[in-house]
Amino acid sequence: MKFRSLIKMGVVFAVGFVLHLLIKVGFINGYYDHILTKICMFIIAAVSLNLINGICGQFSIGHAGFMAVGAYTAAIFTKNPDLFIPAAIAGMPRFFIALAIGGSVAAFVGFLVGLPTLRLRGDYLAITTLGFGEIIRVLLLNWKFVGGASGYFGIKPYANFLSVYILAVITVVVLSNFIASSYGRACIAIREDEVAAETMGINTTKYKIIAFVLAAFFAGIAGGIYAHLMQAIMPRDFSFLVSIDILLMVVLGGLGSTSGSIVAAIFLTIVTESLRRFQSLRVIIYSLVLIFIMIFRPQGLLGNQEFSTPMLKEKIRLLFNRTKSGKGHTSTEGTE
Amino acid sequence: MTLGQQILQQLINGISLGSVYALIALGYTMVYGIIRLINFAHGEVFMIGAFVGYFIITLFKLPFILALIFAMIFCALLGIFMERLAYKPLRDAPRIAALMTAVGLSIFFQNLMVYLKWIGASPKAFPRVIEITRFEVIENVYLTSDKILTLGVALVLMLALQYVVHKTKMGKAMRAVSQDKDAAQLMGINVDSTISFTFALGSALAAAGGILYAVSYGKIIYNMGTMPGLKAFVSAVLGGIGSIPGAVAGGMLLGITENAVSAAGMSMLRDAVAFAILILILLIKPTGIFGKNTREKV
Repeated sequence: MKFRSLIKMGVVFAVGFVLHLLIKVGFINGYYDHILTKICMFIIAAVSLNLINGICGQFSIGHAGFMAVGAYTAAIFTKNPDLFIPAAIAGMPRFFIALAIGGSVAAFVGFLVGLPTLRLRGDYLAITTLGFGEIIRVLLLNWKFVGGASGYFGIKPYANFLSVYILAVITVVVLSNFIASSYGRACIAIREDEVAAETMGINTTKYKIIAFVLAAFFAGIAGGIYAHLMQAIMPRDFSFLVSIDILLMVVLGGLGSTSGSIVAAIFLTIVTESLRRFQSLRVIIYSLVLIFIMIFRPQGLLGNQEFSTPMLKEKIRLLFNRTKSGKGHTSTEGTE
Repeated sequence: MTLGQQILQQLINGISLGSVYALIALGYTMVYGIIRLINFAHGEVFMIGAFVGYFIITLFKLPFILALIFAMIFCALLGIFMERLAYKPLRDAPRIAALMTAVGLSIFFQNLMVYLKWIGASPKAFPRVIEITRFEVIENVYLTSDKILTLGVALVLMLALQYVVHKTKMGKAMRAVSQDKDAAQLMGINVDSTISFTFALGSALAAAGGILYAVSYGKIIYNMGTMPGLKAFVSAVLGGIGSIPGAVAGGMLLGITENAVSAAGMSMLRDAVAFAILILILLIKPTGIFGKNTREKV
């Protein structure tokens, strides 16, 4: 098991390094570099939303609001050299510290929003997070210090592919470990049956808030990355539709499947980029996809399974068994 | 203008705005009461109602009252359609699935409006349906004709709803289904059609709210439903979700509070008020003013 995860880590870092090299030598041009970085950012956002919506079974639709909090906070810290962090810390270290602050502020806001709503059973979280996202947007529109509606400009492009890739890997590792821990199991118990979980002695409010705050933290980080990737942020960059994009990633990847969220984040970011010219048509299609998945496959497109080598092996075995029945079993040996 | 007069004036403005919130909140609260679903697409029904009214008045040159009735019928059908296609298959699915569908529908309707060439993303001026005249109620306190129209229509509709819910057979069925779906079914009530009827009623009220809102604001746009929808939901929670008088009281209260905040010179924070109220009510009394505290049983 240990060996296996080592190999997995090795592969992950090798992929990142190779992509980084390809960008450096110019084989991947600036546009695709930008998209790759964006994909990593959306992976962070989707995997963290999956923690609330997929693992914990709560329904949050204000992820873009937390991203906005993180984005503006981090941008304020990198743009104002004298603010809290000593000016001597500049460049990349400052970027990372600013991200951490942005994430923490988002987490704190998440705590404030989550505390009153997560105590209650039912659907209040959905409407509160929706309202929160709108309110943040309205407040930012009216906040002159960060440019109001015209946006906050001149943010330095610290978010390069390699750093964001590493951040995405860290996020996935942290959240996967959280899900595999007793905390994560408590969250899954809440998702399956909140009353039963409470009866088993799980402090449901506590675990829901922990999951929510953790997700808000990583959403804030994703927002901070967005700010330093786009170099200019506007309140409308964090509209409700962005929350829906991320929600669709989670749903498409399967509610509760971290690897599913990653795959869907990659897929949907590419689709979104290529359909950029057809904005409203794209959103119409997305919303229909969301509705149809919910009606015909409420557990999400890929269900809550994780992608893993045994799972893939099993799938391949089934595939072969279907095509040439009986003989398939031996032929899968070669695919290992 | 003395302080007392000013307060009275803001009270009138607040009640007029609040009656629109109340009309939308009624739909939220009835649907929630009967199938425990926050119908996120309700704000969009409100918006579509306003657009239907707009087209009936501008294209067919029909009088306001007919436009109101047609828009209500259209949205009632839309509500039934929505319930049958999107929510009915999910009645036994996890709650989160129905909620996501509702959000999906909301996004769908908004962007459909943007995508349709003859609607688009730019706001449209809603025609003047009533000559704005000002009546001085008492010294320095004015009541405008559009406010009288809003209040009058809202009042008539609320009384009609009260009649339907408490005096008709269908209303009795609605109340029965919201108390216990299975028991109602055993008593020979057609649960499916009762739920559809509830959606139709709620959507018709939202359509009326949309037109009244458009009359007093003078313009309509594809995303006009989001904020009123959100605030109407807050009103419903404030009054106690599932309670019909609660929705009305909550709507009025929210309308008055919002106007008071604007009048105090903090109009920037108008939209944040509803949100603050929601957080407060969830902290202090999650069941709302008229809500009953029910334990969830397994």
